Amino acid sequence: MAITTIQDADAIHPDILLVERVKQGDLTAFEQLMKQYDRQIFRIAQHITQNREDAEDIVQDTFLKAYTKLDQFQGNSKFYTWLVRIAVNESLMRLRKRRSSKTVSMDEDVQTDEGSIPRDFADWTPNPEQQYRQSELAEILRRTVQGLPPGFRTVFALRDIDGLSTEETAEALGLSVPAVKSRLLRARLQLRERLSRYFRIPNGEQQA
Amino acid sequence: MNCTEFLGQLTDYFDEKTATELRAELEQHMAECAHCTVTLNTTRQTIEVYRNNEPYELPEGLRDRLRQAVLAKCATIPKRK
Repeated sequence: MAITTIQDADAIHPDILLVERVKQGDLTAFEQLMKQYDRQIFRIAQHITQNREDAEDIVQDTFLKAYTKLDQFQGNSKFYTWLVRIAVNESLMRLRKRRSSKTVSMDEDVQTDEGSIPRDFADWTPNPEQQYRQSELAEILRRTVQGLPPGFRTVFALRDIDGLSTEETAEALGLSVPAVKSRLLRARLQLRERLSRYFRIPNGEQQA
Repeated sequence: MNCTEFLGQLTDYFDEKTATELRAELEQHMAECAHCTVTLNTTRQTIEVYRNNEPYELPEGLRDRLRQAVLAKCATIPKRK
């Protein structure tokens, strides 16, 4: 009996143990969860809102909400996926506020294939990053991702930047797996097309 | 396999989730289609360049301030049972 209990405890994700401690009123356990995930939440919020102040607020609001709603966390998903879901909702809400007239949702602009059909077929230099100074490169990457519709850059941020699996991304966004895959493909192709301007081999185009 | 079908399989191909037979078809298409080969390679580079150059880092000082602010607010919320 005792051995079974130990084995079961081994199988539990460490986050779940921390969550249990928080539920008992242990704030240091919550502090630990924050230290573990605040950077990722900030990054996701920045990618979605493209606004630094908003991203800072979203980090606070996300963890505060997670703390107050912890009883609603069922434990059948990863704590981190649950947290990301809160952060995405907070981010989309902020985005809506900033563009008062326009609605923002995961479905925005996804009806069109514009920009997702490859047109630039030039090879890139092997190490495209090295063509630019760090600050220039950061600016190029920022501007390029900014140009994606929110629904696309959210999927891209979760899947490619944060490294969630397709299934986790679907869960965090409340989308189906095929919907995530389709958005991811179009996000990647649109980014590729735009970055090609900067990274293509000069004078070595195969065909435009 | 045409180019549209090829692109449709790109995500699974990157994730190495493509069945052996389909994988062979994709590789066959690449051997015949320079455009799709470039698209695949540069899409892979796109993902890598973003992964290697994360533009949004949270500075340590700000990180601490945000965490302290959250914990202070949490402490004012009535204790759980």
